Amino acid sequence: MATPVPVRLEAPLASFQPDRAIEQRRVGRAYHLRGRAARLALIPAVVIMAFCFYGSMFWTVYISLTRSFLLPVYKFAGTAQYVRLFATPRWQVAYSNMFIFGFLDIIGTLGLGILLAILLDRSVRFEGIFRTVLLYPLSISFIVTGLTWQWILSPTIGVQQLVRSFGWTDFHFNWITQPETAIYTLVFAGIWHQSGLIMAIMLAGLRGVDREIWRAARVEGIPAWRTYVSIVLPMLRPLVVTCLVLVAIAVVKSYDLVVAMTNGGPGFASDLPGKFVVDFEFERANIGQASAAATVMLGSVLAIVAPYLYYELARKNR
Amino acid sequence: MTTAQWRDRVGRTGLYTLIAWMCLFFSIPLLVVIATSFKTSAEVRTFSIFTLPASPNIASWIKAWAHACTGLKCGGIRVGFWNSVRILIPSVILSVSAGAVTGYALSHWRVRGANIIMLLLLLCAFIPYQVILYPLVKMESAVAIYGSLAGIIAVHVVFGLPVMSLLFRNFYVGLPEELVKAARIDGAGFWRIFALVILPLSVNILIVATILQTTGIWNDYLLGLIFAGRDNMPMTVQLNALSTTSTGEIEYNVNTAAALLTALPPLLIYFFSGRYFVRGITAGAVKG
Repeated sequence: MATPVPVRLEAPLASFQPDRAIEQRRVGRAYHLRGRAARLALIPAVVIMAFCFYGSMFWTVYISLTRSFLLPVYKFAGTAQYVRLFATPRWQVAYSNMFIFGFLDIIGTLGLGILLAILLDRSVRFEGIFRTVLLYPLSISFIVTGLTWQWILSPTIGVQQLVRSFGWTDFHFNWITQPETAIYTLVFAGIWHQSGLIMAIMLAGLRGVDREIWRAARVEGIPAWRTYVSIVLPMLRPLVVTCLVLVAIAVVKSYDLVVAMTNGGPGFASDLPGKFVVDFEFERANIGQASAAATVMLGSVLAIVAPYLYYELARKNR
Repeated sequence: MTTAQWRDRVGRTGLYTLIAWMCLFFSIPLLVVIATSFKTSAEVRTFSIFTLPASPNIASWIKAWAHACTGLKCGGIRVGFWNSVRILIPSVILSVSAGAVTGYALSHWRVRGANIIMLLLLLCAFIPYQVILYPLVKMESAVAIYGSLAGIIAVHVVFGLPVMSLLFRNFYVGLPEELVKAARIDGAGFWRIFALVILPLSVNILIVATILQTTGIWNDYLLGLIFAGRDNMPMTVQLNALSTTSTGEIEYNVNTAAALLTALPPLLIYFFSGRYFVRGITAGAVKG
């Protein structure tokens, strides 16, 4: 049974009623009916969550603990899929690529995003124009982003060709076609696409900093860069953590970018978990391995989100 | 001038130089793609993509739009464009409406378990698509909508729900409670209050939500690839197929024109509604 909505009428209205007890009961019942409409309105959302999100999630996690191959098998088999997964060379590459790409992408995106926010915070003229230029990549899909950077980094038409056309004819910049370096090229595109987001979030934070702090720092003769590094950014630590979490989750979820830019190649040298799962699920039809890999992705996201939510809730309740 | 003024001037010059370089880094990819799309095939073969077109012409745009081939079909990227439009409109309307109603029910109405529902919704927003892709395929197959227009729309509504609901919920809790209370005392019910009190106040958040969903769904690749079926392939899927086809010589001028055509709708939305776009993107940043 649902609890009726507590009646908290505004004082003048409440005192207007001759019999408050009766009135409250009546209103309470009427509220009860309306409360049902609210509950009914939530049914689609709850059903979608129960089946499409949580039901599906548990299904995938369970399948990863069976011997499923082409078709789902429901007999429990422990961690056999994971043992096999981590013995698969392609997964080893994809999984370690997530950390290589993630580490560089997070540092680059956060560093550049925060730097841009600080630059625009120095009350520059034409801020609107700069902002427009720095943020437009966010509106472009990862597919178009990936293709564009693929063209720029392509040895035959991109940067290598440009430098050679200046006369430096044995210049080499073919990272995107080399197995050892292909994964690093994703970082360029990742930073280009995401640092605007960090800039927007951090700039909003910087603008919210108390002007008194700036005045005090100026009176003390502390240079602006020092004020940012030692006072303002530490004050905005919760916001930086939020940015960190956002970029880290985007790294775990990366899929379109690698598909458009290198398609995981050469071979599977620039593969990422997101692509591994889709390929094993829909091309190789190996549900067991795909589910195990997807569960590792889920675990990675939870490892990022759980401490963050805990930290956020603790901070708000303090 | 004093030393301090000099230092200040040097500092400002350095600041603007740095910002200008940054802007160059951010705009070069777009400029390069635009320049290449106006080149002739002969130019693309001989020069790097960083050169300007000698005699700009729109032949590659026309080819990309109407004649470019993906596999054996040569109908141009417009096929994908119209597929994306057909997917986009119902998906946006349905997911924004579902989010608005859910967010409203979670804000001004006391429902038992509302906090738990909100926490569970929040966690849903973080789940990678890959974790639930296969079960969703099976569910859609069971109700015979997998690989159809209805199938891809349904999936966009499902994945849009958590972020949309939380976006609206956070906006609605900020509305003065007195408005809803006054309407309740006047005898208005859940839906009447929503239609007559809440919706008229929701114009801003509806714009933010619509822009967020429109760019998100237009830019989606994975869901379109898996759920839309052969006949409804969205533009991003067609673009990728077109650009990575390795048969024959690669026509970079046509591919760049196709990429620009695909990027154009969200770019236009961004340029004409910057403020709303940024608000949406920062609110919905966990999606994907």
